[in-house]
Amino acid sequence: MITIIDYGLGNIGSVVNTMTALGVPCAVSSDPFVVGSAAAILLPGVGAAGVGMQNLKTRGLDSVIRNQVLRGIPFIGFCLGMQLLFEYSEEADTVCLGILKGSVRKFRAEKKVPQIGWNTVTVSESNPYARRLFDGIPAAEFYFVNSYYPVVENPDMVAATTKYGETFASAVVYKNLFATQFHPEKSGAAGTILLTNFIKENL
Amino acid sequence: MTTKRIIPCLDMTEGKVVKGIQFVSFRDAGDPIALAKKYSDDGADELVFLDITATVENRPILFDVVVNTAKKVNIPFSVGGGVRSVSDMRQLLLAGADKVSLNTGAVKNPKLITDCANAFGNQCVVLSLDAKASASGRWNAWINGGTKDSGLSAVEWAKEAARLGAGEILLTSIDADGTKNGFTVELTRQVSRDVPVPVIASGGAGSMKDFLEIFRDGEADAALAASLFHFGELTIPELKRYLSAQNIAVREIL
Repeated sequence: MITIIDYGLGNIGSVVNTMTALGVPCAVSSDPFVVGSAAAILLPGVGAAGVGMQNLKTRGLDSVIRNQVLRGIPFIGFCLGMQLLFEYSEEADTVCLGILKGSVRKFRAEKKVPQIGWNTVTVSESNPYARRLFDGIPAAEFYFVNSYYPVVENPDMVAATTKYGETFASAVVYKNLFATQFHPEKSGAAGTILLTNFIKENL
Repeated sequence: MTTKRIIPCLDMTEGKVVKGIQFVSFRDAGDPIALAKKYSDDGADELVFLDITATVENRPILFDVVVNTAKKVNIPFSVGGGVRSVSDMRQLLLAGADKVSLNTGAVKNPKLITDCANAFGNQCVVLSLDAKASASGRWNAWINGGTKDSGLSAVEWAKEAARLGAGEILLTSIDADGTKNGFTVELTRQVSRDVPVPVIASGGAGSMKDFLEIFRDGEADAALAASLFHFGELTIPELKRYLSAQNIAVREIL
């Protein structure tokens, strides 16, 4: 059972559809007690960092998520759900959860922002956990929708990189945490394989 | 760099997919849920769902159809039609949409774009713009399902919408819609150059060459078509193979 965190924004319906299609029992909750006792957590994200953090705090979810990740329960985050894990985001000058060292910056090199569409994800071959998660995906193209990207302090956490003007960490791993800047739940067959690998590994 | 996207569009009314010519003379194109599943499996890069009569009929969007369609797709799903408030948008996201497009609601209340972008991020807000050439030769933005001239210049409105927070422009040429005579290249190029967000070109696709032209000459980031795909005149795999051979970067189909 995976608990999908509802913090008032994001494509919750879409995420529930994907997990259900993969046969994973899931529940949507914004209750800190439910999230605090969850066996596994999914933090989705389509939204703005400022509102996202504010909503997590209002619901008392920020410290609960931090404690759960540090305890080492399986955690998966998508898009904003990845960005909020870092210390700081340039978007609305937001102090984030601070679980991972690093910050989130706006794309500057490309003319069109947000990046919307399918882009190549290059897996960090030196990272065995990353290799297992991306195993069996022949053409690693995933769907992105983002104006901001994470700058990760610890290179060991970088599971994959992508180039959109700047080259950035498009996936990170840390203990049982896996988070992606792209949307695996919207990335067709490639996303399905990736999520299936995560589920096999953790649930 | 992102690849160029191929987007089938489901124009909906009364629970059915329809396809018109220049926004009139609609013809039944089938069941939205079955079509969505087929396109998702076929390698479409995204799916657009537009409830084209929600505004003129002054009713909410077809939620149950959105819910059931969303269940069948594992690619981005953009939904629009009759969205008038942040709460309408939230409802659609809960129903399974990944992005929401605003059209008449945004022309009548431009602040809606900003409010939606503040709530859900600008990458989630698509401005749907229906353009038609006026007597003076300028393209104007039309509203109410293409039945009323807003008086706004299409290019200026696209720029303003991006400034207000729209993360993408879905640009439909009413003149070209359903004609299969090709996309309106000049309009698309102008908007694409003037607006700092991705542009989806729509209206007029009739052949694979039209897609090549709109990407290469129209500088579109994505191209949308409906009847070509619905009536089986063109499949997404064959279109992608053609574009790839013409050096247009498209997503490989697994």
